[in-house]
Amino acid sequence: MRFLFKTNYEQDVRLAKHSGYIWSYATLMLILLVIPYLLDEYYIGQLTQLFIVAIAGVGLMLLAGYTGQVSLGHAAFFGIGAYTEAVLSGNGMALPFMDEPIVFSFLLSFPLAGVFAALAGIAIGIPALRLVGVYLAIATFAFAIIVEEVFSRWESVTNGYSGLMVESIYFGDMELTDGLPFYFLCLGVLIAVILFSLNLLRSPTGRAMMAVRDSEISAQSMGVNLAKTKTTAFAISAGITGLAGALFAHKLGFLSPESFTVLQSMELLVLVIVGGLGSLHGAVFGAIFVLALPQGLAIFKDFLPVQLAEQPGLEPLIFGLILVFFIIFEPMGIYGRWLKVKLYFQMFPLYKKATFKRQKSYMKSERLK
Amino acid sequence: MVIGGVSIGCIYALVALGFVLIYKATEVVNFAQGELMMLGAFLAYTFISILGWNYWLGAGAAIACMFVVGNITDRVILRPVIGQPQFSIVMVTIGFGYVARSAAGMMPGWGTETYAISTPFASEGMQIIPASMGSLVISQTDLSVIIATFLLCAILYGFFTYTRLGVAMQASSQNQLASYYMGIPVKSVFSMIWGISAASAAVAGILLAPTTLIDTSMGFLGLKAFPAAVLGGFGSIPGAVVGGVIIGIIETLAGFYLPPGFKNVAAYIILLIVLVVRPQGLFGQKTGKRV
Repeated sequence: MRFLFKTNYEQDVRLAKHSGYIWSYATLMLILLVIPYLLDEYYIGQLTQLFIVAIAGVGLMLLAGYTGQVSLGHAAFFGIGAYTEAVLSGNGMALPFMDEPIVFSFLLSFPLAGVFAALAGIAIGIPALRLVGVYLAIATFAFAIIVEEVFSRWESVTNGYSGLMVESIYFGDMELTDGLPFYFLCLGVLIAVILFSLNLLRSPTGRAMMAVRDSEISAQSMGVNLAKTKTTAFAISAGITGLAGALFAHKLGFLSPESFTVLQSMELLVLVIVGGLGSLHGAVFGAIFVLALPQGLAIFKDFLPVQLAEQPGLEPLIFGLILVFFIIFEPMGIYGRWLKVKLYFQMFPLYKKATFKRQKSYMKSERLK
Repeated sequence: MVIGGVSIGCIYALVALGFVLIYKATEVVNFAQGELMMLGAFLAYTFISILGWNYWLGAGAAIACMFVVGNITDRVILRPVIGQPQFSIVMVTIGFGYVARSAAGMMPGWGTETYAISTPFASEGMQIIPASMGSLVISQTDLSVIIATFLLCAILYGFFTYTRLGVAMQASSQNQLASYYMGIPVKSVFSMIWGISAASAAVAGILLAPTTLIDTSMGFLGLKAFPAAVLGGFGSIPGAVVGGVIIGIIETLAGFYLPPGFKNVAAYIILLIVLVVRPQGLFGQKTGKRV
């Protein structure tokens, strides 16, 4: 076991706590840089998809895991990002006083997708200031349903259920939105987003967010501006999810409202919970889980009797079961399990089960009188 | 048309009633309420159409079964997560909904198709008020829904006011710790409440069956009950009924007078407005928080 002796404050807020961090993440980076050259196209596509989902996961994690605000409508932000990107880089934006619609380059439309989603996040974040817990969940849920309806009805822009083609982006001769270049683009965005989140979380804003999560009242008494913190969290979270949506639009190449339903929001929530609430590692682990599950099931199906394997409901059934089991037996998610395994080996013969046990469990009431 | 809205609204009200019962007592929002309704409807379908029982007998058996299902759900799924953040509890119910929906789809004889239950109620119109007084035509199905809702509300009201168990439930919903000290078995009371709520969802499912037919995704209709519950004030039983009826009427009118698309979202738009303007709903009490 390694003991860290901190001799100055710099050490306390440093991103890499000790040399082990640098070594392990450098190795991971190296693997991620080399691996696309060794795999065939299908797996590169899967990894790209993984990065995109992980970006959205980080976005939701900032809100749900670090600010403690439940959002059942993150697919809406995901969708807003995707449609913004598709429309701005495809047909362009038609303004009433201009003859030709403006077609944005990717460098501009991509950040704009994030900005639009963030604006939507602020729009839902402001009523959210007065709501707590369950009400907030329901409000975001209603918002997601309304946005989904807008996607399908606003046909002049989104083309409704007939779908919208997404243009590929070219940089010179290189197609940016396919194969290797797209892999590196998504990887780069993911790393940037994770670094941004890490830095955010050690800044005053991030600490305020965590204070709000742990207790609104004590945060308020410490001088945290609740309204500002919550709105910021909503905006940042929605913005990051919107960026993921923009990448997703290019990955898919074809958008229709069915990709952004409430079920999609649920999937993002499952990602966050199974990965481990309150850790950025959890977002990535969760993304791996959400993508690997259907693949794993497809392989697993070969070993099942035909009557069972052919059932269409098998996948959601397993999905739901895993979700319920995780919450009941491992509330800290995959990352929590990983921490336990790590500690077990670090303290080898001395590991005590009670280290992670919750001392007491109370029924927490939201309506104190 | 307003009557049709009222009848749909009564279904929302019944489902919302289930939400409110559970929320009031245990502070859990049950996102699987629609799925409980679906299970209830399918059980009734099994008893009535597959086994060929009498309608009333089958419906009664389905309601009783759902009571047991609700009990078990609370015992097995919700009790272990007491004390975890609200977020996790909500997710547990969502996960349960997933499981219930796909399990129902895999049951032999149920499957993913749509089914109908044969009912003793005719669907033709029936004149209640003679034409001379401004005619009011209403179908027996709609009438059955409305009457059943009011009956159920009356029964629940009586139960909560006059029986020992009902009063115990009220007490434990007001203050769990105090009622625990008073010797009320709070845990089993919670399970009972889940049972009652599942049973009322089953009533909703059975009544809905003639109008919309049964299939495994009918649980999504349960999500419409959220606006109803919120509009009425999340912890109020009469509020749930009034909210449900109002949402039903507004939805039907929106489908008629507004461009297509508004019918689906009207309820949610109202929900957002209510949450912004008056979060405690029409009948809810405002609660302050003391540190």
